[in-house]
Amino acid sequence: MRTLLILLLLSGPGLLAQTSQPPAQEGFVPVDQLPDQEQLPATPLVAAAYGVAWGVVFTYIWFLWRRLGRVERDLAEVARRMNSGAGQ
Amino acid sequence: MKRLFPLLVVLCIAMFAYAPFLIVNAPYESTMGLVQKIFYFHVPAALTMFLSAFVASIAAAVFLFGRKPGADRIAVSAAELTVLFGLVVLITGPLWARKAWGVWWQWDARLTSTLVMWLVFQSYLLLRRYGGPGSDKLSAAVAVFGGALVPFVYWSVNMWRTVHPTTSVVPTLDASMRGPFYFCLLAFFLLYALLLAARTMLEAHRARLEALYLGLED
Repeated sequence: MRTLLILLLLSGPGLLAQTSQPPAQEGFVPVDQLPDQEQLPATPLVAAAYGVAWGVVFTYIWFLWRRLGRVERDLAEVARRMNSGAGQ
Repeated sequence: MKRLFPLLVVLCIAMFAYAPFLIVNAPYESTMGLVQKIFYFHVPAALTMFLSAFVASIAAAVFLFGRKPGADRIAVSAAELTVLFGLVVLITGPLWARKAWGVWWQWDARLTSTLVMWLVFQSYLLLRRYGGPGSDKLSAAVAVFGGALVPFVYWSVNMWRTVHPTTSVVPTLDASMRGPFYFCLLAFFLLYALLLAARTMLEAHRARLEALYLGLED
């Protein structure tokens, strides 16, 4: 009797947990028929992909522009120094 | 060329401004839906990366065996652009995969080989920048090997079983998707040509500046 009581007490939470779980999914469910909370929206992914592509390219162009500007300034400065040196 | 450059810049801006209209109006792919629209930037960026890797490796080989400084300037510019377009591919790909495959990344042949190729060109740039004297020749050899990886990366999807689609996707595209795709590809190639010209000009200016500094010191 005591053994039966212990077994009942031990298996109780397990039985309770089994009854509270959602029923297992049977068969194939197409992605577009899944519940909303299980679906992954595509819009943020597409927006992120195009945003990143543009962001990477524009950042590179900006850095390239800056580097070109700096080198052209340095070139003009060296040319000016050479001209002033030649004039003396 | 100097007069043609601004015209091509305007054309490139116009093409990239018009591309979203074509992409939005392109039909939805039947199984993936909206997320497949990433294709119109992901694949052209990948093909531009391949083209750039080829240009870098050929120019590096010319520099290595012919000792032509002009080829070295093209090689370093193309290697930098390979890394740039590779970055676009490696970011847009996982964003598409998350929806299409349910995972951000898969260590399959195409994805892994693309990452390896991208890292090879990153190594080229790091070696050039921090390698010290003589690193230009050593890095040129790295670029040659980087270019040799391109065919493996391209055909990896046909040689091994991967989750990535095979190379037959683009040739068998539906006519309504083919137009926007080739338009985007042309826009990417034009952008690449312009960036390569500008980046090579920067290298030429740097070489001139260095020669002038040396002249001043003498």
